[in-house]
Amino acid sequence: MINTLDRKMMRDLWGLRGQASAIALVIAAGLSAVMMSLSTLDSLRASRAKFYADNGFAQVFVRLRRAPEIIAERVREIPGMGIVETRVSADVTLQMEGFDEPVRGYILSLPGSGERGGLNRLYLRSGRMPAPHRADEMVIGEAFAEQHGLAPGDRLKMILYGKQVAPRIVGIALSPEFIYQVGPGELIPDFKRYGIGWMDREPLGRALDLDGAFNDLAMTLSPGANEAAVLEQLDLLLARWGGVGAYGREDQQSHRFLSEEFKQLTHMGQVFSLIFLGVSAFLLHIVVSRLIDTQREQIAVLKAFGYTNLEVGLHYARLVVLIVLAGTLVGLLVGGWLGHGLAGLYMDYYRIPDLVFQVRPHMALTATAVTAAAALAGTAMAVARGVRLPPAEAMRPEPPAHYRATIVERLGLQELMAPVTRMILRQLERRPVRALLTMLGIAFATGIMVSGVFFPDSLDFVIDAEFGRAAREDLAVTFIENTERRALFELAALPGVRHAEPFRSVGIKLHKGNRMRRTALQGLAPGAEIHRVLDARLRAVELPQEGLVVSDVLADVMGIVAGDGVTVQVLDGRRGKHRVKVTGVISQWVGMSAYMDLDALNRLLGDGDVITGAFLAVPPPDQPRVLELLEERPRVAGTRSHHGTIRSWNETFEEVMLTYVGFIAAMAAAITLGVVYNATRITLSERSRELASLRVLGFTRAEVSRILLGELTLLVLLAIPLGFLVGIWLSYQWAAQAPQELFKVPVVLTAKTFAISAATVLGAAGLSAVVVRQRLNHLDLIGVLKTRE
Amino acid sequence: MAGRHKAVFRIRGLTKLYPMGEVTVQALRGVDLDLHEGELAVLLGPSGSGKSTLLNILGGLDTATDGSVHYLDHDLTHASERQLTRYRRDHVGFVFQFYNLIPSLTARENVALVTDIARRPMAPEQALELVGLEPRLDHFPAQLSGGEQQRVAIARAIAKQPEVLLCDEPTGALDSATGVLVLEALERVNRELGTFTALITHNASIADMADRVIRLRDGRVAEVHVNAERRAPREISW
Repeated sequence: MINTLDRKMMRDLWGLRGQASAIALVIAAGLSAVMMSLSTLDSLRASRAKFYADNGFAQVFVRLRRAPEIIAERVREIPGMGIVETRVSADVTLQMEGFDEPVRGYILSLPGSGERGGLNRLYLRSGRMPAPHRADEMVIGEAFAEQHGLAPGDRLKMILYGKQVAPRIVGIALSPEFIYQVGPGELIPDFKRYGIGWMDREPLGRALDLDGAFNDLAMTLSPGANEAAVLEQLDLLLARWGGVGAYGREDQQSHRFLSEEFKQLTHMGQVFSLIFLGVSAFLLHIVVSRLIDTQREQIAVLKAFGYTNLEVGLHYARLVVLIVLAGTLVGLLVGGWLGHGLAGLYMDYYRIPDLVFQVRPHMALTATAVTAAAALAGTAMAVARGVRLPPAEAMRPEPPAHYRATIVERLGLQELMAPVTRMILRQLERRPVRALLTMLGIAFATGIMVSGVFFPDSLDFVIDAEFGRAAREDLAVTFIENTERRALFELAALPGVRHAEPFRSVGIKLHKGNRMRRTALQGLAPGAEIHRVLDARLRAVELPQEGLVVSDVLADVMGIVAGDGVTVQVLDGRRGKHRVKVTGVISQWVGMSAYMDLDALNRLLGDGDVITGAFLAVPPPDQPRVLELLEERPRVAGTRSHHGTIRSWNETFEEVMLTYVGFIAAMAAAITLGVVYNATRITLSERSRELASLRVLGFTRAEVSRILLGELTLLVLLAIPLGFLVGIWLSYQWAAQAPQELFKVPVVLTAKTFAISAATVLGAAGLSAVVVRQRLNHLDLIGVLKTRE
Repeated sequence: MAGRHKAVFRIRGLTKLYPMGEVTVQALRGVDLDLHEGELAVLLGPSGSGKSTLLNILGGLDTATDGSVHYLDHDLTHASERQLTRYRRDHVGFVFQFYNLIPSLTARENVALVTDIARRPMAPEQALELVGLEPRLDHFPAQLSGGEQQRVAIARAIAKQPEVLLCDEPTGALDSATGVLVLEALERVNRELGTFTALITHNASIADMADRVIRLRDGRVAEVHVNAERRAPREISW
């Protein structure tokens, strides 16, 4: 049996459906943002964990030059070691028909085909595994297969250890080891120009001259093992077999990239959640309390007839709870749906086979509770205000409000203002807190918009800096091993090559105090024009003739300043340790590297005047021919081109980015709509008598709207610049969340960003103005004047 | 009439001060008065004479600054907020000049709002029948004329069968023909249910329908006049 008070509530709710929907919209927007980011993240984590567990992802990895199989037994004896799987692997050059850019590959022996093991097992998407001992069958990674339209049955031409082979693809697979596929020397994934393949261990070993030997190990640890100690033992054991430094999962490229991205998503989700919950709670508070203020007389009547304060309070609380519930439900569903969609998008991007969609219920509950608490606090405060008045007083018409001449008028500028303008200004000045709160709400919406829209620009900035100003080479060639510098002249002499610059890249561990980072030390030639390093103002700087130059992020994470001494531990070749002085810090947006003058580096390592590759300037029309010529050279291990990589990365990323920006825009619009619509509707109901009186006195609808909407317009116009400031602040908050060891997010705010943000907010404000204007047109003149309420 | 019934209200030295910004308005300056069970009392007086203040204090809508008011054995002067709410809920019915109906509820539901929480209510339909509104049961306030709205307000006030019915200018917003209908409804309730009824008006001719007429001036009782005979509202003209 529904009582009369509940019936009143339902009717009130229906009467307030416009405002209630706007409030629910704000809640839904806030909550769905929170839900989306949390569920995406939880699902990604869960999916990755499942993939790792199902496919036996290894915990320790190491590559070496060549070790006889028997050494694996020694490895197994290391305390803390679990499963040890020996493998053979090689970098290859892939030859794709009709694709003119360089394509590199990495071929590994099939998991489980070693003596023991079965680590990093493949997840077969289609086809089958190669038959044992078949040299002409292979499995390739799905991403690469998709990019090139490869299917089982096709042949893949490649140069394997200097010989051209073309095994048949029999299966397409995913691997926990290569969720994120990044080619050596690259920092961003490129599924088109870097492919992973697997072949049977025995024929691959023979082709690589590794019969009865291995050059790669994947291992797990026994429970409770000390990873650092195991790594140290491994390095000691494998040093004489050309080990280049063992590393754990934390440094495994795919895992590390994923972890960093998850970390960034987590931070963003937290900031996101905080802002959205904060803003929507804040709005709810304002909107609900203003809504209840307009019910002052009804509260008085209920009290006069003996309803207790508690009963009256609960009555309004129920109303608010219904609105909150509706908003929450929509928010959770939409957020979950978006989260599922976004997680799916990421899964495609990362190549994780099974999406384990996960929403931690306590997250949803917490977010709901915070929202409900904010709404109910607003209700409680407003109801308390309402019931505090003795009913007799509350039922009397409100005494004429205290208006006074505004500051502007006191300054003697009233001549300049029409009466309508004066009314607007006086109204604002009479209720400064309310005006301020409305303004803050709109400003937050603007700010969220700004901080969401700036990302693409910042991406453009990074691409321009890194690839337009620093790494400007058309092609980068790497040699199989250290090569004498004169090889450069051969490359420079190739037809189509305009210019060639040498480089030497060495894998190192950089130590300072007890801090250590694995990175690449690049030796660049003096006077380099193609591949340069930049200072903070994007100007190319010459490397000093002596000493080490480090990227700003590397300096930052290791606490290095120019003048410090650091230790460079070389991971390949002679594996020496060298004390070096840091002589400079440069700016780098993607990754963190160390640099030295090429001659200084060669002097330091003392193994001759050698290089490991060259940067080439080749006009695009000549590139296919140059690539062909390079493939014929046995010393060339691989060639890469940034341009294609950037393009394809941009395309992949754009999809994620656009989804994200679109969502942000929708949020901001929802918030603006919620704030502006409610502010205006409440003002309308508070002042309908006044506005109707003006209509009776002969004011036109347009003139009356101007008073109401003029106030709103003024607030929106004041809020937008304030919102820009909020947006700038938020943008720096976002940027600070970037996984800076992988890439930095510079805050690049363009006029376009501000314009888009302002336009979205104005559009939302305009929309609610149109709705309110409709209301105004239907103002019941006689009715409003005759009765109260 | 006085003395025939026991006193419902005993008012002694009642004073009420309103701080209004920088000045203090003295609405009541020591009112002494007894009001009797079952009587229909009319409070007369110009604006600012203190009649609404007196009525509000009698109804537990406002509290006194000084002096005492007793309803039977309840001390209203020292009652807590909770006790006053209880008092209003159980004993008092109000009729306001501006009706103060809940716009989102129909006539029947506006009455039910009160009967839901009353101890021994009559059916909302019965209360509306008493004021002659049975054909308009399911109309919303906006669909009713001013007189009809006021009669819904009366039905709402009497539906809980209160001991006390307090009416502040119930005809103030109505034309005389409609006003008569409203007054008839009040008179009928007073006569048939024996509800003590206090009625504020600044319209002297309405005083003829009362058992007693109490004139207030400047916050004091200026005169108490006992009508030898009550006149039916229909015979009153203004």
